[in-house]
Amino acid sequence: MQHGKYRFIVGFLALPLGLYALFVVWPFIQSIYYSFTDWTGLSPEFEMVGLDNYRRMLDDEIFWKSLQHSLMFALVLPLVTIGLALFFAFMINVGGRRRRGGPVISGVRGSSFYKIVYFFPQVLSIAIVALLFAFAYNPDSGAVNSFLRGIGLDGVQPLWLGDPDLALWCVMAVLVWSTVGFFVVLFSAGMASIPADLYEAALLDGAGRATTFFRITLPLLWDTVQSGWVYLGILALGAESFAVVQIMTTGPGGPDYSTTVMVLYVYQKAFRDGQAAYATTIGVALLVVTLAFAALVMRLGRRERLEY
Amino acid sequence: MSIEKTTEPPAPVAVTKTAAPGGGGPPRPQKEGQVLNAFSHGILVVWAVMVVLPLLWAVMTSFKDDGAIFGSPWSLPDKLHFDNWSRAWTEANMSDYFLNTVLVVGGSLIGTLALGSMAAYVLARFDFPGNRFIYYLFVGGMSFPIMLALVPLFYVVNNMGLLNTIHGLILVYIAYSLPFTVFFLTAFFRTLPSSVAEAAFVDGASHSRTFFQVMLPMAKPGLISVGIFNFLGQWNQYMLPTVLNTDPDKRVLTQGLVQLAVSQGYKGDWSGLFAGLVMAMLPVLAAYIVFQRQVVQGLTAGALK
Repeated sequence: MQHGKYRFIVGFLALPLGLYALFVVWPFIQSIYYSFTDWTGLSPEFEMVGLDNYRRMLDDEIFWKSLQHSLMFALVLPLVTIGLALFFAFMINVGGRRRRGGPVISGVRGSSFYKIVYFFPQVLSIAIVALLFAFAYNPDSGAVNSFLRGIGLDGVQPLWLGDPDLALWCVMAVLVWSTVGFFVVLFSAGMASIPADLYEAALLDGAGRATTFFRITLPLLWDTVQSGWVYLGILALGAESFAVVQIMTTGPGGPDYSTTVMVLYVYQKAFRDGQAAYATTIGVALLVVTLAFAALVMRLGRRERLEY
Repeated sequence: MSIEKTTEPPAPVAVTKTAAPGGGGPPRPQKEGQVLNAFSHGILVVWAVMVVLPLLWAVMTSFKDDGAIFGSPWSLPDKLHFDNWSRAWTEANMSDYFLNTVLVVGGSLIGTLALGSMAAYVLARFDFPGNRFIYYLFVGGMSFPIMLALVPLFYVVNNMGLLNTIHGLILVYIAYSLPFTVFFLTAFFRTLPSSVAEAAFVDGASHSRTFFQVMLPMAKPGLISVGIFNFLGQWNQYMLPTVLNTDPDKRVLTQGLVQLAVSQGYKGDWSGLFAGLVMAMLPVLAAYIVFQRQVVQGLTAGALK
């Protein structure tokens, strides 16, 4: 198979690799370079300024806020989403009633219906979801507060996105809403491949559902949980949190910078304030946080791989 | 994260009982089972309602007039205001947004699958210096924050005269879809038997002919999975067009709706906006319900053990 091999390899790789290098790799490299300059993005001229941008970043209160919010996203979102998804998936697959003569472990009735419905948000654009919930959160005419009024809670009418203490949680709740279903389906598929005799043995030994979950289901699903965790954390630091914060919050990033996340701050500095170089500096910080997060999860979560 | 073709998420987990009924083990109290069953059902129903309710609310709201939207958000529409929908389609430019999205996603999807499978095939089946480096260069793109690259990318695209053009956006979409596509398809091509390709080659087919006429047809299931994944990702894409596509005439759906929401603040046509939202939501949801199995497979393919 040697004939014309290299010509073929080059011919097939040139286009994809060229496009990828030009639009993805090269901008990344440029970004890191620009973070040491005073480039505005408005004119092509710039000078090297060494570490000035980084010094400025360390003194920038809004940067620290955005870092804090991004870390919140990366920690809370996977924790809640994966926790809920594991719970739902376990209920769907193992929570069913034991029927005489039936299988030892069974799913609830209508389990495929739940999986179909839970997956709905996953196929919708996060932009559409964010718009929808921005209306629902509207303090006067939104669905949430009017529901609260409807059940007699007239006194409880939070401002939701308008309240600096609540806004970040409101935004995170939307991301949880839209990502849980995906993981329910993912974990369900994983749970389905766990052999039944393991459950049977546990039940015979008198283990309850909780023990079964923590001793059998979770360890055997661990790889999936871990990669889901990394995937979700990257989303929470990047594109998804950008969309929800940019679309839903006032400012965006408000009120009073209470929802500014790093990815939004990069965008605003570059395309609103004409400080492209400083934006790339924050972007580099975001890159460091993202890689550190992925490395940390992989390291903390490392355990012996279980074969079954 | 290793990949394999996702096994079909089976409907209720059918686990056959191998032990004799009632044999061994203390019989568990029937009560616990019932309480747990009721409890788990309750929780599952609550979440299902929480998922469906906002969507139903949006559909309902899209048929109401502005007064009713603000006055009583939960009441049913007094009559079905279909004019919201026609207003959104024509006056609010939803038809243009749809057309732009179809053009961009159509072009990107074909390009992504073509370029992605070419690169993946070479990386999976040929040994050459730099193979691993190129592979990790592609795969590394999955974990990098895209926003960092978008700042210079804006000017790269601008200098090439591609800013605010449909074909410019297509090229960028393809480039940013390649990491996952190459990652997924490389693993897929590795699983295909090499004997078939060798036989074709012995019979005198060239490398490229072997690829197009033998390997690609064999890779069809993988192409469908990754195609669905990319279709939804590109159709729903928000960040890339927001940064790189600032011309109002070229807006794609997601962007157009967000802009519409901003401008409705002045015009006050909220019912038209809701109609637009639902209009954008329904085709994707309908497609999902019809191709439910394939969609779930495509989206979970990369993440499953």
